[in-house]
Parts: sequence; C-alpha cells; structure tokens
Amino acid sequence: MAEEVKVFGVWGSPFSCRVKIALKIKGIEYEYIEEDLQNKSSLLLKYNPVHKKIPVLLHNGKPIVESLLIIEYIDETWKDNPLLPQDPHERAQARFWAKFVDEKCLPSLWKACWAEEVERETAMGEAWKNLELFERELEGKRFFGGEAIGLVDIAAIRIAFWINVAQEAIGVEILNKEKFFILWNWIDELLGCSIIKENLPPREKLSAYYRTRAAAAKGSK
Amino acid sequence: MAKSDVKVLGAWPSPFVMRPRIALNLKSVEYEFLEETVGSKSQLLLQSNPVYKKIPVLIHHGKPVCESLVIVQYIDEAWASGTPLLPSDPYDRAMARFWAAYIDDKWFPSLSAIAKAQGEEGKEAAIAQVAEGLALLDDAFAKCSKGKPFFGGDKIGYLDIALGCFLGWLKVTEKMTNLKLLDEMIAPNLVGWSERFCSHSAVKGLMPETHKLMEFAKMLQAKFKAPPS
Repeated sequence: MAEEVKVFGVWGSPFSCRVKIALKIKGIEYEYIEEDLQNKSSLLLKYNPVHKKIPVLLHNGKPIVESLLIIEYIDETWKDNPLLPQDPHERAQARFWAKFVDEKCLPSLWKACWAEEVERETAMGEAWKNLELFERELEGKRFFGGEAIGLVDIAAIRIAFWINVAQEAIGVEILNKEKFFILWNWIDELLGCSIIKENLPPREKLSAYYRTRAAAAKGSK
Repeated sequence: MAKSDVKVLGAWPSPFVMRPRIALNLKSVEYEFLEETVGSKSQLLLQSNPVYKKIPVLIHHGKPVCESLVIVQYIDEAWASGTPLLPSDPYDRAMARFWAAYIDDKWFPSLSAIAKAQGEEGKEAAIAQVAEGLALLDDAFAKCSKGKPFFGGDKIGYLDIALGCFLGWLKVTEKMTNLKLLDEMIAPNLVGWSERFCSHSAVKGLMPETHKLMEFAKMLQAKFKAPPS
C-alpha cells in the first residue's frame, strides 16, 4: 500500500530533525516541506491549530504533532528497528529521560549559554548538575538506547549537536570536554552515525546563526 | 501480587497523585499509599525521585517510576492484561497523548494562573484562557469519545485520567472566583463527562471533597503571602 508521509519542518530545528531521524531509522520515505516561521503556511495552521508549530508529521492525511509524540507514533506504526525498549520499566525510563531533556536539561543549558557575566556561574552550575544526572544514565552503554539509537538519543540530539555548535559559536564551554568525557564519547558516537550526520543541518550555517545572535546580544548592551 | 510490591508516594490534595491511583484501581491492582507530609520530603521520595524530588512516584518491585503521565503509561504496559488505558490504534494513542500533554503544559498552568493573577484584568485574562482551553477539550472529547461516555470510549482511559484529576481543583477555582467555568455554554460535553468521571468507582474514593481542598488552598495562599520566617 502506498503510504503518504510528509514532514513539515524548519532547517535549523532540532525538533523536525528528530522526526527525520526517526523516519530514516525506520526506512520510511517521506516528503519534506520547509516552513517559513515568519509566514506560516495555511497547511501548517490547518494541521496544528492548537500550537501552530513544526514539526508536523502527516501520515495518510492525518496530522501528528509534538516531536516526542511523533517519535512514539512512528515507533508504534512501523515496527522494524524499535526506538523504545520492550520492558515496561525501561520504556518508562526512556520516556522520563526524553522529557527531562526538553523540560529541565535544555532550558538550563540555554540559560548558561546566553547568561550575562554576573549570572553565568549560577547558570553553569545548574546546567552541569543536569548534565551530570543525564550522563549517569549512559552507564557504560554505547547509546542511551543501548546498542542502537533510541528515543533518548534522538531527543538529546539537541545536546549533541545544537548546544555543541552554539557553545562554540558563542564562545562559552558548557559541555566541558574533561568534565563530561563520557557524554562526549556518546556525542562522537552519535554524530559519527551516517543516519544522524545526513539529517543534521549544515554545521556552518547553524554556527553562523548563533554567531549572529551572539553579536546582536553583545551589541544591544 | 503482594500489596507491598506496589507503592505510591503522594499526597491527598495533589491531582497528579490521583492519576496513578486511578490507573491502578482500573487495573484492579492493590497498592500501598505512602502519604508525604505537606511541606517536607521523605528520604524515600528524595531517593526515588532525585531528579525532580516530586510526587507522585510509583515504586514497583523496588524500582521507581516518576512523572504522573509516564507512570500511567507504565501501569498500562506493566499490567497489560488488565483493562487498556490507551487506545489500540497508534493515531488515537497519539491524540490521547497530545491532549494530555496540552492539559499539563497549557491548560492546568492557565487554571493555576487564576489564583495568582494580579488585578481584575489579569484575572479576567486568566479566566478567558481556561474557558478557551475547556472549549478545545470539549471538542477533543467529541472526537475521542465517538459518542461514548468517556474520552476512552466505554471505559475511563488515559485522557479521562489526565483531565479528570483536576476536577476537584476546578471546583475550588469556581468557588473562589464565583464563576462557573465548566459550563454548558463553554463545554457542554464535558459537563456530563465530569459527573460520570467523578462518580466512577475507580475515582470516587480518591476525589478530595471540595471544602477540604478549599481549606487546603487557603492554607497554601496564607503560607505564600506570609512574610518569610
């Protein structure tokens, strides 16, 4: 049966990137539609009237939104290469840590990236606390998902790539290489996978975006 | 299964704590309820939920599960032979998860904002947001229930639990603002649903009485307004 799969996203968004990675892991072909967030298409507003955000996955005409929910939908619809473990407790852990990435970890990392001099130490401390908690979950595994990339790895692409690129562009070091060498091993493993590499935005383009923002932030003082 | 194999750490006023308890009731699973003292956190809580240090926590065979909606999904999967809490179709599951996330991320914060609102204008804006959310959820009910009594269809499911746990606090807010929020004009489907939900055997014993919640709310308000000791 011909499946119609479309993804509405934005080139620099880690959230639409997550969806693309999940589909690629499952070997699902899809049509990608780039949205202009300053000028949202009528289709986007139709498919996500509540939040009006990307990404949107459209499967045979039915829209699914919210990146982590989309990944669970993808996992439940296409059974090859599972993205979540089988065991209920491990599944709960995966959902917990994926949520942690978005709700606690990333806000603290971004705060530390953009913090003014006076607030930086406190912001850094908070960010490091969260990274320590997160890193512990690797427990000597290759990926958070074990031998294969899973939900938490895909969720944490925000750390592995976006924070990685941003901190370099801004000139801060949140993901300290000595302090978080276990996490960096994971970052190198993850970014070394072709399935990940091929679906990330161009590094230079993303870096230029953060450099521009950093310059604007300095200029406005 | 021994009762002590399943523990829930929680507190009676918390709507989030109600969620796993309703789920366990629906699955006919016996559990031990460990009540946390309001204002302090037990060693067991800090050990079981070192990341957030919050209730509810489910402890099953000694392993903790945290975050109420994660716990409800865990309960559904760990006791898979019991009545299913999530629909079987992946799209319907995605819809149930979507609306539950909306409730937690947008709707409940807007309800809490009413009590915290500064001035009449702030209060009115907060109330309007809650009403808008209820209208959306009413629409979602029509789509999810497909003519049946609950979001989950014939039986209470994940989304019923996600929203229903807030009905006590909704009543308190209505009393404190002297306004009807869950109203026939705003959310006609949800009015009937809320009565069916609250009177369900899996929920009845857990829904705190409105006057007790009011007392608790007033105590909390006084605590926050009091000068730091």
